[in-house]
Amino acid sequence: MGLREALKKTRSNLSKNIRNLLGRRDPSLLGEIEDLLIQADFGVSTAEQLVESLENVQSQDYYSRLEKELIYLLNEREKKKQTPKPPVVELYVGVNGVGKTTTIGKRGYMLAKEGKKVLLASGDTYRTGAVEQLSKWAKRIGVDIITSHYGADSASVAFDAVDAAETRNMDYLLIDTAGRLHTRSNLMEEMRKMKRVISKKREDLPQETILVVDASTGQNALEQAKSFNEFIGLTGIALAKLDGTAKGGMAIAIVKELGIPVLFLGIGEEEEDLIPFNAEDFVCALFE
Amino acid sequence: MLENLTDRIKQIARSLSGRGRLKKSDIEKGMRDIRRALIEADVNLQVARDFTKGVEEEAINQKVYESFTPAEMLLKIVGEKLIELIGKVEPLKLDYQPASILLVGLQGSGKTTTAIKLAVHLKKQGRKPYLIPADVKRPAAFEQLRDLAEREELPYFGTRLDNEVKLCKQALTQSVLRRYDTLIFDTAGRLHIDTEMINQVKKIKNTVNPSEVLLIADGMTGQDAVNIAGEFDKQVGITGIILTKMDGDARGGAALSMRAVTGKPIKFLGIGEKPSDLQLLHPERLASRILGMGDIRTLQEKAEKSIEEEKAKEFQKKLKEAKLDLDDFLHQIKSIKNMGPIEDLLDMIPGGKDLKKLMDEKQLIRTEAIIQSMTLDERRNPKVLNASRKRRIAGGSGTSVQEINQLMKEYEMVKKMMKQMKGRSPSGPVLSGQGPLGRGPMMPPSFFG
Ligand SMILES: Nc1nc2c(ncn2[C@@H]2O[C@H](COP(=O)(O)OP(=O)(O)OP(=O)(O)O)[C@@H](O)[C@H]2O)c(=O)[nH]1
Ligand SMILES: [Mg+2]
Repeated sequence: MGLREALKKTRSNLSKNIRNLLGRRDPSLLGEIEDLLIQADFGVSTAEQLVESLENVQSQDYYSRLEKELIYLLNEREKKKQTPKPPVVELYVGVNGVGKTTTIGKRGYMLAKEGKKVLLASGDTYRTGAVEQLSKWAKRIGVDIITSHYGADSASVAFDAVDAAETRNMDYLLIDTAGRLHTRSNLMEEMRKMKRVISKKREDLPQETILVVDASTGQNALEQAKSFNEFIGLTGIALAKLDGTAKGGMAIAIVKELGIPVLFLGIGEEEEDLIPFNAEDFVCALFE
Repeated sequence: MLENLTDRIKQIARSLSGRGRLKKSDIEKGMRDIRRALIEADVNLQVARDFTKGVEEEAINQKVYESFTPAEMLLKIVGEKLIELIGKVEPLKLDYQPASILLVGLQGSGKTTTAIKLAVHLKKQGRKPYLIPADVKRPAAFEQLRDLAEREELPYFGTRLDNEVKLCKQALTQSVLRRYDTLIFDTAGRLHIDTEMINQVKKIKNTVNPSEVLLIADGMTGQDAVNIAGEFDKQVGITGIILTKMDGDARGGAALSMRAVTGKPIKFLGIGEKPSDLQLLHPERLASRILGMGDIRTLQEKAEKSIEEEKAKEFQKKLKEAKLDLDDFLHQIKSIKNMGPIEDLLDMIPGGKDLKKLMDEKQLIRTEAIIQSMTLDERRNPKVLNASRKRRIAGGSGTSVQEINQLMKEYEMVKKMMKQMKGRSPSGPVLSGQGPLGRGPMMPPSFFG
């Protein structure tokens, strides 16, 4: 399923409403656009700022202007990538249940399909069933996995995994972590240690530290991003569960406030349901 | 990021006109900010709109208590309305034997953890819970429930089947054989718009005929909360909601949205990863959290006090006219009694000890009975009480003439005491404290004024 199709069915509501608005002239038109943005979880201040930027725009141009504004915003933050030295290590973090493990499974599939040699590592030694869950993904997409026992030190799992990725000449190593609320400082510290241990193996590792965000999360998503960013420094966002009715507007607020780019969108539970982020498609689908 | 709503409303307060009634223009000014604060707490826009409209209607022309600023008054109404909308605490209804609880919800909302928490909770209440992993879809869902159940020494249905309905039927049979009285079905997480999957939940529901269908929802959910709860309720029919991950710093406005759209009660909050981290809903606490202010309760208390204060004002007026009737007397005793710790202060004033005696619970009942047995005229003008009237009152109130005489003595003493105190500043150093909101004396000013 492509992004447009996936998002279209849920976005049509928003876009229909906006188009309805555009058909008429109304002094409160901007206020109503603001409402729609708020309902898409853009957050009050982001919505207000976006609408403010439309103040001197003719009403028939609201839509195209808004679209341009958003694409610019999202692209500006997209980082220029150099070709990194393998293994490329991607560390996935986030609060409980957002979709970290599933995102890794799908990302592994995406890479394997490109012919890359992929290794998974289950750094979630805390939640029951977590290792089995990722192991099943490894089997499903036909890649190797490094695991440890329940209760093991997650940092040492990561260390071993980087070791294995290097000796086995892997192109990619995707490391899963236990879900943790960003307000639990001891768990955040533990995650920081995990990253430090990885960096000790090789300075440029991990190349990516990706925060997985559930698209249905409201204002708290920004708090999550801020906190995780402070603790370990994020390089990207993966927005999961966009196949529901949630609009995922908080991603815009995160990009805008923290300058962290969105890298992937999760649009389902099957292996092909992860797509690379593309600002034009995303915004287009948002209003389509 | 989110400054305190209280601060914000206090800012508006400065621009609000003085005391008296809440003016429409004042209220409208406040409502925009309240709406904004609610949205920032993840309350759905439409729900927030309806809410502020309700507050507006109630607030217009509402009399502002003497010691309240219009902003405080507004906040008080907001707090009360919010608590009302959040709803009351409703226990689980488990009327069948065995009773079944069906847990439904989106992927990753915390159903499995909640299943364990519920089982632990019910076991503590003396029930015999039985956990059924009815999620045959997600990889490792079975292992997760099994491992958690084993760790907590809770019985679970351990047969792996790939058909949910068959699985549920077998689990039901097992529960009867093993005499479990409460079955907890952990279903696969599914999107509310996934018709195929929703149909499967419906099938499970029809198979197990549950007493409770609980929607497990992430407390961090944003605007989408109305769609999620609305769809699950429409498609499956839910009986209650459990909000999870409330140990984070999300405001939890989704609770309000879900409650508003379904009318179903919020039964529990998940407040951590441990099996014991399940909490009954505490409407007041949740309201404070959503508003980001800790003083709804304080405001309510203050309002109650203000009513007292206003009565006391009236009383003071009467006092100035050298009138103290017995109704006032009774009211004064009661209002001092309600102040609790201030009772100690009575030791410090002349005649205070006698007053304290009057405030004894049993004595108060008798005092009340005596006064209520009097005619209106007698209450207003106790001088008319002669021996025959006293006998009548004693008979009517089940007390004795002696008791009435004693009471009259105390009444005279209080009256005298009040006259003595007249003219003393109500904000004198000993007897008035700063209210929690930084203003307003804690004692009815009249008593010492
Ligand atoms: N519909 C849909 N479901 C998803 C998506 N991503 C993940 N899920 C589901 O969400 C649930 C939780 O996903 P997990 O990958 O286990 O989440 P997690 O962050 O690893 O969870 P913890 O490790 O427990 O913190 C699972 O049922 C997934 O199948 C998505 O993009 N769309
Ligand atoms: Mg996981």
